[in-house]
Amino acid sequence: MTIKVRYFAWVRERVGKPEEDIDIPPGVKTVGELMAWLAGRGEEYAHAFEKPNVIRAAIDKAHVNAQAPIGKAAEIAFFPPMTGG
Amino acid sequence: MARYIKIMTAKATVRLQREPFDAAEEAAALTRERTDVGAVVSFTGICRGDENGKPITALTLEHYPGMAEAEIKRHVAEASKRWPLLGVTVIHRYGRIAPGEDIVLVVTTSSHRQAAFAAAEFLMDYLKTRAPFWKQVEQSGGKSWVDSKSADDAAAERWHAPGKQAAE
Repeated sequence: MTIKVRYFAWVRERVGKPEEDIDIPPGVKTVGELMAWLAGRGEEYAHAFEKPNVIRAAIDKAHVNAQAPIGKAAEIAFFPPMTGG
Repeated sequence: MARYIKIMTAKATVRLQREPFDAAEEAAALTRERTDVGAVVSFTGICRGDENGKPITALTLEHYPGMAEAEIKRHVAEASKRWPLLGVTVIHRYGRIAPGEDIVLVVTTSSHRQAAFAAAEFLMDYLKTRAPFWKQVEQSGGKSWVDSKSADDAAAERWHAPGKQAAE
């Protein structure tokens, strides 16, 4: 299953790209598992996801926690805590 | 049914834009040609000229297009459910913003002040912690991302389960 993964703010800077299409490996079922798998893809990913408890996530543009199942998501985003307003 | 009608009559506008906005005009637009509005609360967030005690050159706001609008609209709908609002306007800028320029606007109108004050504060607290925007500051030493503040999390947290809070 291929999904679009998007990165924002310093997660984007550390990964080095704003988005990419990723084939989710079998066995990766939750957002937290996806973060752990991404962290193993190389130095830049390890750096971006070194503190997974700090990273926030959204599935199809709605906030989710790390336990959320990926299910039939079309788009998953990872980003730091928000600082708008 | 009465509740449904109340929600539907609140005029809600959510805009994300690079350009500056006119806060006075946005507030006037919510009261023009109507006599049921008894209170207007307008909050404008402005780019300060310092961060952590050091002067800044500018602020750059990154956002998640699509999700930012959806998230703000969700909270406007939630505010309309909690308080008898007649109108809500939220405008959030993105891109590069210089010190002294406006960043965000929340205008709420109601028949009475309590609802307008509370809804504006609720919306701002949620914008700070749940709307997907990230601030980067430019200072003489370079660029850095603004850290989220635990005080902002606490401010948003207090709006959870208002019934429970009132009972405690």
